[in-house]
Amino acid sequence: MNWFTKMFSSSIGQKLIVALTGLFLCTFLVVHAMGNLALFKSDNGMSFNLYTVFMTTNPFIKVVSYLLYASVIFHAFKGLHLIYKNRQARPVQYGMVNGKANSHWTSRSMGVLGTIMLVFIVVHMSNFWFEYKFGYIPYVQYTENISTGEVSGMPYVDEAGNPKQIKKKMEEFVIGDNKITIVKDLYAEVAEEFENPLLVGLYVFAMFAVAFHLFHGFKSGFQTLGLNHPRYNQAIQFIGTWVFAIILPALFAAMPLYFFLVK
Amino acid sequence: MSGDMNVTLKVWRQKNNNDRGRFETYPVQGVSPDMSFLEMFDILNERLITEGKEPVAFDHDCREGICGMCSMFINGRPHGPLQGVTTCQLHMRSFKNNDTIVVEPWRAKAFPVVKDLAVNRSAFDRVMSSGGFISINTGNAQDANSTPIGKDDADMAFAAATCIGCGACVAACKNASAMLFVSAKVSQFALLPQGQPERKQRVLNMVAQMDAEGFGSCTNTGACEAECPKGISISNIARMNRDFIGTQLSMQKV
Amino acid sequence: MTSSKLDAKIPDGTLEQKWTKYRSTVPLVNPANKRSLEVIIVGSGLAGASAAASLAELGYKVKVFCFQDSPRRAHSIAAQGGINAAKNYQNDGDSTYRLFYDTIKGGDYRAREGNVYRLAEVSANIIDQCVAQGVPFAREYGGMLDNRSFGGTQVKRTFYAAGQTGQQLLLGAYSALQRQIGLGQVEMFTRHEMLDIVNIDGKCRGIIARDLVSGKLERHFGHAVLLCSGGYGNVFYLSTNAMGSNVTAAWKAHKKGAFFGNPCFTQIHPTCIPVSGDHQSKLTLMSESLRNDGRIWVPMRKEDAAAIRSGKLNPNDLKEDDRDYFLERRYPAFGNLVPRDVASRAAKERCDAGFGVNQTGEAVYLDFAFNTKYKYGKKEATKRSIANPTEAQLKELGQVVVKEQYGNLFNMYQQITGVNPYENPMMIYPAVHYTMGGLWVDYNLMTTVPGLYALGEANFSDHGANRLGASALMQGLADGYFVVPYTVGNYLSKEISVKPIDTNHEAFVAAENETKSRLEKLMNIKGTKSVDYFHKRLGKIMWNECGMARSTAGLTKAISDIQALRAAFWNDVRVPGDINEFNPELEKAGRVADFLELGELMCKDALDRNESCGGHFREEYQTEEGEALRDDQNYNYVAAWEQLTNGDWELHKEVLNYENIKIAQRSYK
Repeated sequence: MNWFTKMFSSSIGQKLIVALTGLFLCTFLVVHAMGNLALFKSDNGMSFNLYTVFMTTNPFIKVVSYLLYASVIFHAFKGLHLIYKNRQARPVQYGMVNGKANSHWTSRSMGVLGTIMLVFIVVHMSNFWFEYKFGYIPYVQYTENISTGEVSGMPYVDEAGNPKQIKKKMEEFVIGDNKITIVKDLYAEVAEEFENPLLVGLYVFAMFAVAFHLFHGFKSGFQTLGLNHPRYNQAIQFIGTWVFAIILPALFAAMPLYFFLVK
Repeated sequence: MSGDMNVTLKVWRQKNNNDRGRFETYPVQGVSPDMSFLEMFDILNERLITEGKEPVAFDHDCREGICGMCSMFINGRPHGPLQGVTTCQLHMRSFKNNDTIVVEPWRAKAFPVVKDLAVNRSAFDRVMSSGGFISINTGNAQDANSTPIGKDDADMAFAAATCIGCGACVAACKNASAMLFVSAKVSQFALLPQGQPERKQRVLNMVAQMDAEGFGSCTNTGACEAECPKGISISNIARMNRDFIGTQLSMQKV
Repeated sequence: MTSSKLDAKIPDGTLEQKWTKYRSTVPLVNPANKRSLEVIIVGSGLAGASAAASLAELGYKVKVFCFQDSPRRAHSIAAQGGINAAKNYQNDGDSTYRLFYDTIKGGDYRAREGNVYRLAEVSANIIDQCVAQGVPFAREYGGMLDNRSFGGTQVKRTFYAAGQTGQQLLLGAYSALQRQIGLGQVEMFTRHEMLDIVNIDGKCRGIIARDLVSGKLERHFGHAVLLCSGGYGNVFYLSTNAMGSNVTAAWKAHKKGAFFGNPCFTQIHPTCIPVSGDHQSKLTLMSESLRNDGRIWVPMRKEDAAAIRSGKLNPNDLKEDDRDYFLERRYPAFGNLVPRDVASRAAKERCDAGFGVNQTGEAVYLDFAFNTKYKYGKKEATKRSIANPTEAQLKELGQVVVKEQYGNLFNMYQQITGVNPYENPMMIYPAVHYTMGGLWVDYNLMTTVPGLYALGEANFSDHGANRLGASALMQGLADGYFVVPYTVGNYLSKEISVKPIDTNHEAFVAAENETKSRLEKLMNIKGTKSVDYFHKRLGKIMWNECGMARSTAGLTKAISDIQALRAAFWNDVRVPGDINEFNPELEKAGRVADFLELGELMCKDALDRNESCGGHFREEYQTEEGEALRDDQNYNYVAAWEQLTNGDWELHKEVLNYENIKIAQRSYK
């Protein structure tokens, strides 16, 4: 074995994989949440749909997204593998364990929480990412008045009212005073999906899992990287708790609820 | 008998490493609150012997909390309900009359049971042999005051060095990880100028041996730190991680 | 006259030259020959671990045995206060000679000049060696090593690591040992107990050891055998020793020809946590270092003592004038830091006179309130520029310092007694702590059996009739790191042509059979009483008659009581379990059987020594002020006892020659 494989096959090296991928996924969550804020904009989904186009066409984002998929797979696979190995380190279980006396339950439940998240990710991806890429999403046509800035949106259909399609994900052109934008209407897809109370329930439930997973996971990642310092520990703990365990999951949970309750 | 407390013990009995083992229940009467937990076991054993039964085997030696030999998993926690205290320093005043107390050995693949509550912790010794030292032969040393060491560094090294090698960290950890034990030794030497020449090789060797012994990996639950009778900090684990990763990325030797 | 059977082999020359000359002229073993010489070491404490590491570094093949599950558990680990060394870092007048002088005087002039001077000489090297190993001694802000004072000295020469010095030193030696194990130079046998030595043609050639897990007996050959098995304080049942500490290794050697030196010299440590009840299994020491800042007192009036005992009076409320700081009163020059034997006797005297402060009447106070406030509190207040600090402020500021210095000891005290020592004075009482006696050794640390050595507390060596605080760690490490690596070479240089002896040799077979039949005998008694039952009774006899005060009548009675108890033991002890398994009761039984023989010899030795010296206090021999009254005319010798084949003992005397120190009555006034 050369030093590289040796490093990543050691227990600390394997943890390093989990920590690095995990913290990378944390940064993704921030971007994902910021972008998805467009869902709350009352513009018939135009910002959201444009954002979706940007995210799926920008070459840099594309590269990053493949990194992201790899991270999810590595994180989940390594995490579960380590759980399996760690179970082997104690072949005979205790008759009585008082875990709450010495550690937070989240830290002892990362596998369960992570698995819930994995199931969620599969559902989430098949609902939107897969549909968007390979399934059928109708187009929407936005008309923006250049002088007034007024925007109106309507389904992109032919005279008979049948949905029309374009070759690309988006087309933009100007007719007279109006700028016309034709784009896949993922927004409508989102709105439609979130009419399903079961799905909304799953989403909200999964966000609790995210919150608890990150409550431990964020600071744990730093510890694994060796970044433990009395001067900065509080800041890490603060960000981990407020940003990653409270604000982000709350924002994400607000999205399905918003469509289910408000829209 | 000197006391009026009664307790019921649920104790793990296992004849040897090939035996499967099981819990057995023993009432113990006449316990004094001033008794240590092990003295309460002495009473039980005394009774079992006179009744012609086998006494419970358990490890213990100094009975003043420093040798690290005592090792009971009491009511779901290593060394029992108090923090910063070994089993031998736990006293019966920490329990109530008529309590039922569950007592088990440390459980880990790397700590096979010898008998009843006694386990084999030689894995720790082998980890130490792999690098837990400074290679200085007797007679080589320079004057003790020739290298000043700042008080803060010296104090931190001392704090790491107070580990008694009892294995409570492994016992407490849901993964049976030995990271706290190993990192305490790695840290002690990493913090001192004497430890620098072998710093890189030391962390690599000790981690490799730790892995080979079959301990689990660290998931940063912090249970080890909370249960360590000497209060060893998990900041030592971070230091070891840092040293390990840094060494892997920077070592000249391929 | 010194017995013809005893030759201390002290080198010629002046005191200062003896060791230097010895080292420079001692025969050597060349590196190639070292590889084929095997050394067995029994015990892995400071002496054993340091000797094992040092000999392995030299190239010898070493085997180490310990009964614990790891060499790191040896009871050296429990030493708290510190280790002496004549470094004179404090510029307060220390020197090799002064350490030598203090040690001889502290031992009440019953130790060998040559050995003690060597000890003082190498003390400085020990500190260097330990620091190089990464032992984190306490330091000052400038980065230099800190020192504290200990009993019986007027300089600050004690190096320490909080209240865990023994732990840190042992872990240093242990790490050096583990390094050699990793390199394959040392083969380690944990959970193994030595149960006999094997002599062939008048030389010690190996041991019989029992694997405590499987119960199997094993034979091991060695060109030389080093016993580093510690002291025998557990003959008193209650002591500050670890539960497993025992005399078995030394005793088996004694029965096979090694003379036992000064067996009655035991140290009763003044500051231990008092006994709380019959259930007590061991006593816990509160480090002597506490006497740096703790003041020892009892009430001046008996009424107050009675009121305190009955709980009607809080000691904190007793006025200064009503307190008797009896050590400061009796020994103004050394105050609370008189040697241990002196402090212990003074505490016993007060308690016997009715001034004891706990329910049993067997405790005195060790009070930190004064120094917390007026020594440390004031200093801290000055540092922080607090002009007129209140009492409460002084206490608070001082407690931080006290916590830093003694925190672990205070916690331990609170854990055991349930009383907070920051708020209330500690209660302490003397307890058995250390045994100055042990196997008789010459200057080479070799016993009267050629090839068999004894190191550390297991030998009788350097502490005379009383050991000064912080000297045990010094002696253990001196023997292991710096003495035996030279002296064992002296012997082994003549053994290079001796091939390893097959362990099927008849002497090995005979020794194993003897051991086996003894174990079977213990198992087969199947009596009605546990081992502890007999051990506790032995302890009571020893403590009452051979403890802090001894008398002809008491010792005579003790001897017959012990003989009767021994007979009862071999008739009625019950050892449960099986011989071929992990059986702690069987281990204990073997050890107590040996204690039951040793106890008798101790009483015999105490009875024979018609004087008081150091820890040996015969009530018949005291000054009018109650101080020990030595008899240098008749008892200026080491008592080395030889066991005869009929089980009785013969006394051999090694007369002590003081060529450099003028022998005088010890005074700490």
